[in-house]
Amino acid sequence: MKVADKKRLLREMLFARRFEERCYEAYVERNIGGFLHLYPGEEACAHGVLEAAEMDGDYVITSYRDHVHAIKWGADPREVMAELYAKETGVSKGRGGSMHIFDVNNRFMGGYALVGGPFPLAAGIAKAIQMKQGKEICICFLGDAANNQGTFHESLNMAKLWNLPVLYVCENNLYGIGTRIDRSTAVVEQYKRVSAYNIPSAQEDGQDVEKVYKAATKAIKHVRSGKGPYFLELMTYRYRGHSMSDSNAYRARAEERMWSKRDPIIMLRDRLVGDGHLTKEEYTDMDTEILDEIENEVIAFASESPEPQVSEVERYVLAENDPWVRGGVQ
Amino acid sequence: MAEIMFWEAVLRAHDEELANDPMVLVMGEDVGVVGGTYKATLGLYDKYGEERVIDTPISENGFTGLGIGASFLGARPIIEIMSVNFAWLAMDQIFNTAAKVRYMSGGQLEAPVVIRSPGGTAHQLGSQHSARMEKVFMGIAGLRVVTPSNPRQAYGLLKSAVRCNDPVFINEHELMYNMKGEMPEEEYFHPLEGSEIVRPGRDVTLFGYNISVHWCLQAADLLSKHHGIEAEVIDLYALSPLDRAGIRDSVTRTHRAVIVEEAEPMVGVGAEVMAIINEECFFELDAAPVRVSALNVPIPYNHALEKTALPDANDVVEVVRTMFGV
Repeated sequence: MKVADKKRLLREMLFARRFEERCYEAYVERNIGGFLHLYPGEEACAHGVLEAAEMDGDYVITSYRDHVHAIKWGADPREVMAELYAKETGVSKGRGGSMHIFDVNNRFMGGYALVGGPFPLAAGIAKAIQMKQGKEICICFLGDAANNQGTFHESLNMAKLWNLPVLYVCENNLYGIGTRIDRSTAVVEQYKRVSAYNIPSAQEDGQDVEKVYKAATKAIKHVRSGKGPYFLELMTYRYRGHSMSDSNAYRARAEERMWSKRDPIIMLRDRLVGDGHLTKEEYTDMDTEILDEIENEVIAFASESPEPQVSEVERYVLAENDPWVRGGVQ
Repeated sequence: MAEIMFWEAVLRAHDEELANDPMVLVMGEDVGVVGGTYKATLGLYDKYGEERVIDTPISENGFTGLGIGASFLGARPIIEIMSVNFAWLAMDQIFNTAAKVRYMSGGQLEAPVVIRSPGGTAHQLGSQHSARMEKVFMGIAGLRVVTPSNPRQAYGLLKSAVRCNDPVFINEHELMYNMKGEMPEEEYFHPLEGSEIVRPGRDVTLFGYNISVHWCLQAADLLSKHHGIEAEVIDLYALSPLDRAGIRDSVTRTHRAVIVEEAEPMVGVGAEVMAIINEECFFELDAAPVRVSALNVPIPYNHALEKTALPDANDVVEVVRTMFGV
């Protein structure tokens, strides 16, 4: 990876971290409602994988922990924040909220709030790509706990049966809400579970964005070549609770400290500094610039945007003026 | 106008829509090589190939979700769920994704899937193969629900459902695939909203849908013949949205209403139509509306018990006689 790309990735990941931390504050300030699932600690997963994908072609779909994936895939951070602020200018026009970020123009096919729900949707997107004989692929990010849903097995079976162009990325943060993986899952190493479907897989350090990028490049090459699905497990850790309503009391502080020493942003920063490509001052300046941007552009946009019109509450339930509802009569 | 069987009508609609648009696909258990449990896709596997007429594994939630995902990119999947009882397994994807994705994406995404499934009680299939689930589907915003009572509707509703940009659930009936009916020679698209007056009458409206339309028609004949009561029969082929205006207009003409449903009474079509009558035309009523429903029991295996649990035309005649005191 080129130095310029590494520095850009460092900035993107730091932006993602500060964005999510600002979401936390906005939630406490009650500017964000509902459920809020934050991504700090896991930034290298989304950034490393999507750096290896084709931004103008590939489709991305994920769960409710979706802000960072959407932004990396082209969504305007101001519109993502406006969505969290429930504004008409939000990516989903204030109808979706944190768990339902959609940016279809950028092929970000949404965040879904049922654990494991996107598995078959991703296979279906891949099926449509296959029907159109496209070279694109679908990339589906889900957590380790989603793999205990039936949709995991049903979708892997169909994806391999029909050799669909789909990459399943498992962000293994070791906890399904508050239950540690070894207490919920018979086979803890998730990449092994897909061998039953004859799907190639790999496990990689999800804290090192360069390693993630390398593993994802290999995975995406496999999928794009027409050989069918691939499963990539990334070992990672979320710093906060599952959602804002999670006190996070179930994890040992020593475990948290251990993972904080493997912070994806700090690791990349220190590597760039160590190699002489970045100074600590440059990093501090970058951070200040990001914080300013988030406050003066992202938060300002979200705060000042209008709410949806109450009179439009029934819009988007069904298609508008669809002639086939009347049997094709215009 | 030729007479064809219900399954042939569904097959013709599949065939024409597959021929019309290369992004139309059919998927479900045994729809391909076998040609469908009720022959609704017979021969299409050979004609259109395994990429578009897809035999799925027995994974209802998985393949329904896969169809929904494909529809995001312009595919027009017709998903057959072999029996409506199995649709319970796919409720997550139907309700949580297909019905809600347009709304929660602020109109960016839509899921133009058709989900067809035979419901109803056949003969002695037991509790887990006799569900009547239309009431469940029609209670969810964002989903259209239609239910054909004859081959013409089965054909025309499927044709329109494939082209409509909303997710449409088509509730068919296990006992009706061999029913014969008239079918136009030319291509025909049935509206997905509204209702049909299948027998005009002045004294009482019998509301039916799917198989219960036929019970209503039998009852109307008996009432006319034996009691001089002329019943109007309304076919509610669209269960969501329901035809409020059609319900109001008929009750305004007849001033009496009976709703006939094959399902249990709780939270059903009868309850919903009664609510609409209350809201739309309460002061037109000359008698309290009545519903004829199944008993509130799981469907038994024993033939006599099964028959007792279900309504029929005689039950409709009895409630109308009571209503008129004859």
